Amino acid sequence: MSWRHLTRHPSLTIGLAMTLVFALTGLASLVWTPYPIGDIAIARRFLAPGGPHWLGTDHLGRDLFSLVMSGTLTSFVIAALAVAIGIGIGVPMGLAAAAWGGPVEWVVLRISDLTFAFPAVIVAILITTLSGPGALNAIVAIGVFNIPVFARVARGGALSIATLDFVAAARLAGLGKAAIALKHLLPNILSLVIVQGTIQLSLGILAEAGLSYIGLGTQPPATSLGLMLRDAQSLFLIHPWLSLVPGLTIVAIVIALNLAGDGLRDALDPRLRREGLSHGAG
Amino acid sequence: MLRRLIGFAVTLLLAAAVIFLLLDLLPGDPARFILGINASAEAVAALRTQLGLDAPAHERFLGWVWGMLHGDFGVSVTQRAPVAALIAERLAVTLPLTLIAMAISMAVGLPIGILAARRRGKATDTALMVLAQTGVAIPNFWFGMLLTLLFAVTLRWLPPGGFTPWQEDGWAALRGLIMPGLALALPQASILARVMRTALVDVTGQDFIRTARAKGMTLGEAVWRHGVRNAFLPVLTILGLQFAFLIAGTIIVENVFYLPGLGRLIFTAISERDLVLVRGATIVLVLAVTLTMLLVDLAYGLVDPRLRERRA
Repeated sequence: MSWRHLTRHPSLTIGLAMTLVFALTGLASLVWTPYPIGDIAIARRFLAPGGPHWLGTDHLGRDLFSLVMSGTLTSFVIAALAVAIGIGIGVPMGLAAAAWGGPVEWVVLRISDLTFAFPAVIVAILITTLSGPGALNAIVAIGVFNIPVFARVARGGALSIATLDFVAAARLAGLGKAAIALKHLLPNILSLVIVQGTIQLSLGILAEAGLSYIGLGTQPPATSLGLMLRDAQSLFLIHPWLSLVPGLTIVAIVIALNLAGDGLRDALDPRLRREGLSHGAG
Repeated sequence: MLRRLIGFAVTLLLAAAVIFLLLDLLPGDPARFILGINASAEAVAALRTQLGLDAPAHERFLGWVWGMLHGDFGVSVTQRAPVAALIAERLAVTLPLTLIAMAISMAVGLPIGILAARRRGKATDTALMVLAQTGVAIPNFWFGMLLTLLFAVTLRWLPPGGFTPWQEDGWAALRGLIMPGLALALPQASILARVMRTALVDVTGQDFIRTARAKGMTLGEAVWRHGVRNAFLPVLTILGLQFAFLIAGTIIVENVFYLPGLGRLIFTAISERDLVLVRGATIVLVLAVTLTMLLVDLAYGLVDPRLRERRA
């Protein structure tokens, strides 16, 4: 990665820049928001955008811009942790399947099939039934969904590399399967994993929004973009603005991440210009 | 074929085991869980007997699976009705909704993908792909809210929500599912368009298209007669995945339009701690997802004769 990469791939530049702006805005909410997000003032509710409240206020008189800042952070953190779960469990599974093959591969593929049968919503339903709603549910639910995705990407990538000469050379040099997987396969599939990670991050943000919207994810007093949409739902027909702001923020973040992902894929490995990598999340 | 069927059965059985483990074994005493901490010991004991909880876990699990194979999903404690009947009633909303969404996303996504591939590199292609990129990024339930604002509030063409049962007025029922169907279809159509475009572009570079061209076909004819069928394999994979996501998506979108589907049933069940109902509804969802994957696998053979022999 260098500056030349960035200038040659405008979508990567734009996507990364937009993502960075959103991520930093979210992070900034930890130390500063225009108004405290818990600041309820019924007297100034439903204020129009402009004036001291840049994006106006919601049904409790809370500053919408502050809520968006904080909500963006929550959405990012949940999606990122879910990606971390997916990579942390899925990639070793995929690598093991490729390196050992045989029964190991069979088991990994069956586990992968099994987890595919549980869309994030179903996992969230099961966890919520047991322990009530919460942001942790969303992280686990989306994370579980990410595991087979990364397992398949890692296995596919590793299998295509495992046939190359330098891997055979390593085997002849006496390296064990674990060492080969770690030293030779892993570094070579990293770009694949990063690209998929970007895509799963964007899907995770969409999934978090959906889960929080139906009440299975983030709970007050914390806020997330999905939770803002839930709050705005009953007022939607009278005050559509309250839904437009968080909704458009989600759209912008997801577009930014997808642009960055597509750009990364082109920049890191032009051979990967396929759509097969991206699919939806439930 | 047989191996695939066995794989399907094994996955389903494991999924049932996971659900059973989570819902029946983890909460400690399900009867206590359902009734709450203030219930008397007699009430809990009575419910335990009613739920058949006195039997050992493996017997209960096998009993549950055996019952389901015979269409018996247990009895909901809160609704005082067989779970199978409750789910069937809700599937009359959720299943048509999923199918409508699927139909819309194919009817919109596939032609857009084909058009973009035919105009590759031109302004039409760029415009369509920007559209698809945006469509993927829009949360379906939020799009549903926007649709309500346009079609129900501003234009007054469609009802804003609610559902008329099919047997009362089939046309009204269908009208109630149009907006939710559109909402669910938007991201799926965008993904389909992108996959279709890429698959067609890939195929267009292949030798057999060149051969067809050499025989005197125009590129359009060659792609239409030979290309689309070949490009359909990756599209089929995505269609299968999409159906799974649509089923999951309906649970969220039903909420926007106040549809009495499976999703609403599940939320009621969660808030009333009806473990038997949650268990039944989730296994039905998992079955739908797994079955779709199986059907897609079997459909590969129909689309691609080359795979038929290999799999036989």
